[in-house]
Parts: sequence; C-alpha cells; structure tokens
Amino acid sequence: MTTTQERPLDKSWRGVGKNDADEIHTADRVTFTGGSRQLLDEILRPYKRAIWLLVGVVVVENVARLAIPYLVSVGIDSGIPPIRERDDLGPLLTVVALVLGATVVQALTRQLFLLRSGRIGQDLLYQLRRRVFRHFQRLSPAFHDDYTSGRVISRQTSDIDAIYEMLETGFDGLVTAFLTLVGTAVILMFLDVKLGLVALVSGPFLFWVTAWFRRSSAKAYRVSREKVALLIVHFVETMGGIRAVQAFRREPRDLEIFDELNDDNRKANLVAFRLVAWFMPGIKLIGNVTIAVTLVYGAYLAHDGEITVGVLAAFLLYLRRFFEPMMEISQFLNTFQSASAALDKLADVLREEPTVPEPTVPVPLGAGGGTLTFDHVRFGYLDDRDVLPGLDLTVPAGQTVALVGTTGAGKTTLAKLCTRFYDPTGGRILLDGVDLRDLTSDDLRSSVVMVTQENYLFTGSVADNIRFGRPGASQADVEAAARALGAHDLIMALPQGYDTQVANRGGRLSAGQRQLIAFARAFLADPAVLILDEATSSLDVPSERLVQRALRTVLAGRTAVIIAHRLSTVEIADRVLVMAHGEIVEDGTPDELVGSGQGHFSDLHQAWLESLA
Amino acid sequence: MATDLGPDPDVAPPAGVHSIWRIRGYLRPHLLSVVTMLVTSLAVVGTSIAIPLVTKAVIDGPIADGELAPVLPLGLLALAFGLVEAVLIWLRRWVQSTAVLAMENTMRHDLYRHLQALPMSFHSRWPAGQLLSRAIQDLSSIRRFLGFGLIFLVVNVVQVITVCAVLLAMYWPLGLVVAATAVPIIWLCARFEKRYVVMSRRVQDKQGDLATLSEEGAIGIRVIKAFGRSEHVAAQYETGARELHELSMDKVRLSSRFWTFLEVIPNLAVCVVLLLGAIGVGQGALTPGELVAFLTLLLSLVWPVSALGVILAMAQEAMSAAARILEVLDTEPAIVGGTVTIPEPRGHLRFEHVDFAFPDAPDELVLRDIVLDLRPGETVALVGATGSGKTALTSLVPRLQDVTGGRVTLDGVDVRDLDLHHLRSLVATAFEEPTLFSMSARENLTLGRSPAVDPASDAEVEEALDVAQAGFVRDLPWGLDTRIGEQGMALSGGQRQRLALARAVLARPQVLVLDDTLSALDVHTEKLVEDALRSVLSATTGLVVAHRASTVLLADRVALLQDGTITHVGDHSELLATVPAYRELLSADAELREAVSA
Repeated sequence: MTTTQERPLDKSWRGVGKNDADEIHTADRVTFTGGSRQLLDEILRPYKRAIWLLVGVVVVENVARLAIPYLVSVGIDSGIPPIRERDDLGPLLTVVALVLGATVVQALTRQLFLLRSGRIGQDLLYQLRRRVFRHFQRLSPAFHDDYTSGRVISRQTSDIDAIYEMLETGFDGLVTAFLTLVGTAVILMFLDVKLGLVALVSGPFLFWVTAWFRRSSAKAYRVSREKVALLIVHFVETMGGIRAVQAFRREPRDLEIFDELNDDNRKANLVAFRLVAWFMPGIKLIGNVTIAVTLVYGAYLAHDGEITVGVLAAFLLYLRRFFEPMMEISQFLNTFQSASAALDKLADVLREEPTVPEPTVPVPLGAGGGTLTFDHVRFGYLDDRDVLPGLDLTVPAGQTVALVGTTGAGKTTLAKLCTRFYDPTGGRILLDGVDLRDLTSDDLRSSVVMVTQENYLFTGSVADNIRFGRPGASQADVEAAARALGAHDLIMALPQGYDTQVANRGGRLSAGQRQLIAFARAFLADPAVLILDEATSSLDVPSERLVQRALRTVLAGRTAVIIAHRLSTVEIADRVLVMAHGEIVEDGTPDELVGSGQGHFSDLHQAWLESLA
Repeated sequence: MATDLGPDPDVAPPAGVHSIWRIRGYLRPHLLSVVTMLVTSLAVVGTSIAIPLVTKAVIDGPIADGELAPVLPLGLLALAFGLVEAVLIWLRRWVQSTAVLAMENTMRHDLYRHLQALPMSFHSRWPAGQLLSRAIQDLSSIRRFLGFGLIFLVVNVVQVITVCAVLLAMYWPLGLVVAATAVPIIWLCARFEKRYVVMSRRVQDKQGDLATLSEEGAIGIRVIKAFGRSEHVAAQYETGARELHELSMDKVRLSSRFWTFLEVIPNLAVCVVLLLGAIGVGQGALTPGELVAFLTLLLSLVWPVSALGVILAMAQEAMSAAARILEVLDTEPAIVGGTVTIPEPRGHLRFEHVDFAFPDAPDELVLRDIVLDLRPGETVALVGATGSGKTALTSLVPRLQDVTGGRVTLDGVDVRDLDLHHLRSLVATAFEEPTLFSMSARENLTLGRSPAVDPASDAEVEEALDVAQAGFVRDLPWGLDTRIGEQGMALSGGQRQRLALARAVLARPQVLVLDDTLSALDVHTEKLVEDALRSVLSATTGLVVAHRASTVLLADRVALLQDGTITHVGDHSELLATVPAYRELLSADAELREAVSA
C-alpha cells in the first residue's frame, strides 16, 4: 500500500487520477499555447468590420479630445494679445467656439463608441458562452468522467468572467489609450522636434518594462486560473453533497481543505498582483523622469527663444497625456493577461474532440424495428484492462432481454456502449444493420434511450422533468406516461401535483419517487430500444410491480435490454443472458435456464425464491 | 413559519451603502493597510498637483525673468516629486495586494463556513450555482471596490475638492465657475446610482442562474446524453445567456450616457475658463503663467471626474454583491446544536410523538405522531411505500431536519439539546444515493473520521471494506489513493452504495442508519454484505429502511410506516401473517411468484 510520502503529487486528499500529469504540465507552462490568440481571432472575425468602424469613431473622438489642450494653448497665445492691444475678443471667441465644437464632437463619438463597443463585448460573451456550453454538451461522457462537473462550471463562470472583465474595462481603455499615445506622440513631434525626440527616448524603456510584465504575468495568471478552478470544484461538491457533509461531521475537514485551496488561490493572485505593483509605478517613474528632463530642457529652449512659452506649456500638457494612457494600457495588459489565461483554458476545452464523434457521412436508419447486434465487441476503460474481451450477441427486434450477473461482469458497460456513451475499442455494434458510429446522434438518441440508477432531475417542475423525454409533449401525454407507471397518484399527492418544483437535485423527493419520474421520462420518449440499467432498484415492491405491469405493455413491439439484480424484473424477459467477466455464460429463456437446474441463473433463482419468504 | 424559510433565491433584498457598511468589519484587521493606501493615494494626488505647480514656477520665474539658474533646482524638484510619486504608487499597490486578497480570503472562508452550517432546508432551495456566483463573482466585486474603488472614490473627491480650492485661491471668479460644475455632476451621480443598483443586481442574479444551468448541464450530462437532449438544454442555456445579454446591454446603455456626461462637464468648464481667463489676462487681472497653471489644473480634473463614473459603477456592483452575500450570511442556521454530551452513549433511540413537515409546506405533515423505541443494540427495520416518509424519518436522527412536533431522544436526551457534532458522531447514515467527492477513495471512506482528531487506521479501513464487500477499491489503478468522485473511474451504482456503507461503518456510530443502502446490490453481494453487517449491527442500534424481505431480516423488529405514521410494529413473520398492507409491500405477489416457478 502506498503511503503519504510516496504519493507522487499534490495533496494527499485529492488522490491520484488519470490526467494529473497533464494538469501539472499545463500549470507550469510558461508560454501560452497560442490557443487563446487563435480563439480570440476566431470570435472576433465576425466583428471585423464593426471594429474597424469603431476604430474610426475613436480616431475622431481622440482628435477632438486632443484638440482641446492644443486649442487652449492657441487661445492663450493668439487670443490674449488682441484683447490687450485692441480689446478685440474675436480671435478668442473663435477659439472658444472651436473648443466647444470639439467637446460636442467628443461627447457624441464617445457615446457612440461606448454603446457600440459595449454591444460587441456583450455579443462576444454571448457567443462564447453559447459555444462553450454547446461544446461541453457535445463532449463524450468519458471526457466528463475525468474532467468533473466542478471544472466544467469553473470554465463557464470564472473564466468567462475574466474575459468579461477584459471586454468591459479593457476594450474601451486600450483603443483610446493606444490612439491617445500615437496621437500625442505625433503632436509632440509637431510642436517641437527637439523636445519631442527627448520625450520619445522613454519609448525603449517602456517597451522593455512591458515585455517583462507580459512574460511574467502570463505564467502567474495561468496558475491562478487552475487554482480557482480547484476551489470551485471543492465548493460545488460540498454544496452539492451537503447532506453527506453534515451527516458525517465533515465540516471541519472540508473547511480545512477549502482554506488550503482558498489560500493557494490567494497566493496565486498575490503573485499576479505584486507583478502589477512593480509594473505600474515603473511606468509612472519613466513618465515622471521624462517630464522633469523635458521641463529643464524646454526651459533652456524657451530661454533661447527657440520655442514660445505657449508651446512649452502645451508640450508639458501633452506629455502628461502621453503617459496617462500608458497607465491604462498597463491596466489593460493586466486584465488581458488574465483573460488570455482564461481563453487558453477555454481553447483547450474547445480543442477537445468527442471520443464518440458524429459520423462524417451519416447512414440513415432503416425501418428494422430495433435489432441490436454486437460483433466482436471489445472494450476497456483503461488501456490494459478489457471489461468486454470480445462480445458477440444479437438481440432481435422486439425482444426483451434480461442481463444478469455479478457486479463488474460488464452489464453496465454493455448498456453504455448501446447508447454510445463510449465507443468499443474493437468490433462494432449495429442497430438494424447500421454501425452506431454511422448514425447521427439525433437518430441514435431517438431510437435508443437508457434509464439508469442515476435519477438526476433538473430544476423545474415534475411535469418539466417528465417532459424532458419529449420536450413537445402535452400535459395529457405527460400524465399518461405517469399513469402508465402508476406514478400518477403519487405525483398528485405532492403539494402542487405535476407543478411541484423538484427543488435542488430533487432534494425533496425520495429516491423511489425520483426513479418513477425518471421512468416516466423514458416512457414519454418512446424509443425503439429501451435500456434499463437497474432502473427499479429504489422502488418498493408494489411500485415495482406496477412498473413491471406497465413494462409488459410498453415493451411490446420494442427491443429492450434490462439489467437487473432482482429476478422479479427478469420475469418479463423473453430471454436471459448471464454475464461473467465480460462474457455471456448462459443464454436462454427464463424457463429453460431455471429448468436446467444448474448454472448461475438457476442458483440465483433459487436464492431469490428463498429471499421472498 | 414562513420566517424559518430564510431568504428566497429569487427575491432581491434592498442593496445600498448600508450593505457595504455592514461588511466594514472585514476591513478592520487591515486598517493600517487601508490608511496607508489612502494616505499614499492622497500623497500621489499631491505630487500630481505639485508637478504642474513646478511647471508654473519655471514659466513664470526663470523663463519670464530670463534667469536660468533656478531651472536646474526646479527640474530636480520635479524629478524628486516624480520619484516620490512612483514609490508611493508602489507602496499602495504592494500593501493593497496583501490586504485585499487576505480580506477576500476571510470573507470566502466565512461564507463557506456559514453555508456548511445551514441546514438541508436551505440547500434544497438554493442551487449550488447561485451560491458559487456569490463566493466567486460577488466577492471579487467587493474586493475590487474595497481595494481600488473605495480608495479612488475618496482620492478623486479629495482631488477635485483640493484642486477647486487651489483654483479658488488662485483667481476666485474662475474658481467659482469650476466649483459650480459640481452641481450637475452630483445630480447626475445620484440619478445614476438609483437605476444602476437595480440593474447590477439583475445582472448578478442572472449570472447566478446561468451558473446553475452550467451546473445542471455538467452534473446531468449523462441523463441529457441518454435522452439526446443536448439541444434542448443548450437552448435553455442560450435563452438565459441572451437574457443576461439584454440586461447587460441596459447597463451599457445607462453607463455610456452617464460616462459621456461626466466627460463633457469638465470640458465645458474649460471653455468658460478659457474665455473668461483670457479676458482676465487681457485686462491684467491674472498673469499668463497663472492662466496656464489654472487650465493645467482644470484639465487634470477631467480624469478624476470621468473616472467617478467607473468608480460609482464599481461601488453599485459591490453594494449589491454585498447584499447578496449578506442575505446568505444573515440566514441563521435553523439547526443549531445544544451543549449536552452523553458521556457513555448506549444508543437508546426514541421517537416520542414526532411530527414533521418540510419548512416550505408547514401545513402538510409528512410524519405524524411517530412513536418508536429502539433499545440499545436493537435493529429496527422501517418499511413503507415510496413517499411514505421513511427518508424524512431517518433524517431526523442526525438532525439533518428538525421535528416540528414531539421529540427524538438519544439515551433520554432530546437530540436538539445535544452538541451537534457529538450527536452526528453518534449517528451515521448510509444514504441510498451515496455522495462521492472528487477525492481519494480513502478520503471518501473516512469522511466521518477527522484525520487530526480521530484518524482511521488502515486496519479499520480494511475491515470496513470487508463488511461492505467493497474490496474492489483495492483493485483500482492506485488502490485507495485513486481519485473517485462523481462518475470517475466508472463505479457502478452498487459499488458506490457499498462505499457509502463502508463509510458509515467506519464512522463507528452508536446508531447506524441504513437508508435502503443495499438496493443496487445483486442478490449474491447483498447476502455477503448482510452477513457481515449482522455482526456490526449486533453492537449498535440500527435503523434500517428496507424494501426487500431480505433486508428486513437483518432487523429484530419491523415498523410499518403508512401515510406518515407508524401503524404496526412487530416481527417480520408476525406482520406478514397479520397485516395485509405489509404483505402487499414486502412479499412479491403471488401472481409473480407463480409465473417464475411455473
């Protein structure tokens, strides 16, 4: 047995999983995969025109904005002398009118820009949310098994938030800041070349500091995204499993773990924040030194009569404006780094392909009535262990087959292969002669439906949950499905009948009630092939009996695979298959197998009869 | 009774300055840091005002006089101010990073801790997604405001006031013009605040809803796949995302108008000042240098004023975030432990005329007048139809729910008087639907044992695995260190149930509650588990919810639960012979048996 010291990685409570090596690898990766940039390009593409238009608007806005200090200096230089000399307000009024005009233009373009860019940002977020959600829905259960729901949620919440923050604060700031920067630089050169050149010496320093920040913060934010994901996983699982947490006095230990994760997250953020703490004043310092140098040099130039006082004043005003956007750009860079780490994570997910892909050339499903054929089917969850070593089986259309066997015999695996939760690693499964891999998922899902022990109910009413089997179904259809199972009375006894909210994860309904609702959901779906994996285990005997009775009528004309530990379920089967270690060891009608008086099924039957006593 | 329910996730409580004020306690440990941040920020404003004043000195002094000697010292002064400004910014950010992150950490800790203590009745109404959006998004809103927005709110207001004062001192008629612009700005801010706070609350709630949909899409993925309903769920999510989009656009529209106005007002002031100032200079009322300095200072107000827009938006968001968090923190845990501990627990469990109704339906009694006495070491099976209240009954023992009438006693003490931690160490439940966490198998098994106080030895773990027939854990790729949880490692329902059973056994309780724990096991495994359980149950008091005759046989006595009350108590064969309802529930019906044996 391994001990704490020997455990290869991470905190011992987490245990070891299949993809831990990848996780470590990605967390330590210094540079981005480039996935974020590609993704950004992709989602921005439809807005290319709109963005260029916005850039135009911003240019106008900034011309207006930057004109104001310039006009002010013109006003001082050429507006005052006429007043002094001949009480002529004309030139001053012209300048003031121009300032006023610039203010109006700036206001209009600013408003337009904020609105438009806000819309583009929100559109982008919507598209991204939609795309990520759909992608997670498209990915195979095998992916979800490893990825865990907490991380799926974290991608869709905290990562999207990081991008939202960039779009909200950054998008606006960056464009304006960049243009202000370029525009101011041009004006500076225009005002005075010598002073301008002195001021622009700061450029290389700014570049160098920025490059340093980009490099180091990329890694910091990448780590921080992974840490917050772990925090979210733990939070969601605690709240989801609060009953077990409380019943087992798990609170202190969970709090300990939470604190640890919370602190890891804090530390990761602290690293990023401290980088900013160095970066921002660094930029400020470069700006201030430049201003001081320019001031002294400008004073000499003014003294020598090379520039006027007005030009020097304007120059210093513009110089301040030159460094102000630098702060905004660095702020943007900061949110951008955080957002690209998030985009990178999303890009990683979006790059994942379903392990059970949609066919490129789908084959339409013929009218075969639901014949299932297993042709040398091999399957294993881990590479070195086959759960099914090579299964051959044909279930003719309309036949009800019961699968029995001990735990681990491969029954559930077989069911999951039929519904294409996984694809076989060898051989093939055919529905009416068509390989499942050649069917569109719509065709497959409308033909094959599985009910499991996992009776997950969604937020909404009981009726909503039953209707999940067939979203268009009328209330009458929903009730008919419930009635067929004998669940109608039970549902009517709930506080608001069919409209009773099932609350968080069906907390209020008992396991048996939930199982009945899950059953009704499957009946309503009306598939050609129905797979029941221990679907009646939580029912009491009378309910189970009702379900059995309903199954007799429901299963007529349908292919069914019923996995059961209770032989009462087997009783309605046309054929019984006994599985052991992934192989079929007995095959026959219930009567034949019992009649033989030997073998596994006969023993089980005997044990069952005894248990009824 | 309605007050017991606590806040409703769908109803927004009022948010305002008071919400932020109420969380001030979290700033207290960082008071020194906050003061430092404030002082440094104000000093930064000072330096940023000082530099233009130095500029004025250079223009009015050396250049006007043609005397260059003072230029260098003045330049050095400007440099010094510049250096001080950078150092101050560094200091503020450095202090801020430590303080606000620590504060966020503490708040998240408190929120989590509080949520842990809130009872099932709370959690069954609040989806994890809504709670998550509070723990992550709302806390970062507050962090951003307290660490950044609040400081700059103070700084910007101080800067505006200081600059106005300087301007008034410099040339009061123009100063007055500038000061007068405060009136429309304050009016705008007040109007904006009212509308924005409503909008940001709506957006935050919608984000929570969306997080809930993400959660359901992730946890329910297998059901969604099994029915091929990805399209349906995605459409639902998109509707939510589109609503969020709309709500966010309302916010964008409002703030774009507001922000634009905030920029226009100082620029208009510039127009007026330029006009009047130039006339003033012309008439000799002020010097050109003064006018330059005046305008420079005035232009320096454009940013702090327009930034007020962003800061106020931040403040609104922080307020409604604080309100959202407070509504959770304000919910008193309805189930609070007493102080009594039982020194030598024997496990005598009594239900004395117990009534129970769910808090959200107080008039509908789920359990009525339950009287049941489980003597120490005795095992009682609880039999009843689906929906008869069995699980509700079992949840009363460890106080996952509280009785609404009568009382449950353990060794003569009302469970409500017992220390909660103590009570739950005496009672362990194996739920029918086991909850597994994304942790190692060992951590999942030893859920009821604190590694610090009461660690489970390897031998105990092995023994529990044997009792529950959960030896398959040893065959997982990394044995007991393998991370399981959710659907990881593809454990079957039966395997998960056996883990839950092993977990309950490992908690070494005085009272063991098995809530139909064996339902997913095959007959063979069930028999093995039952044989092993017998020895465990002989030493503890057992309450076993059963659907099958085989499970009932574990018990010394059987209680029949019908419509929320216990109608019969007796031994299995006695009830089977005398109570038709019991026969109906537990014996496979004759028709069925004939069919099989025929």
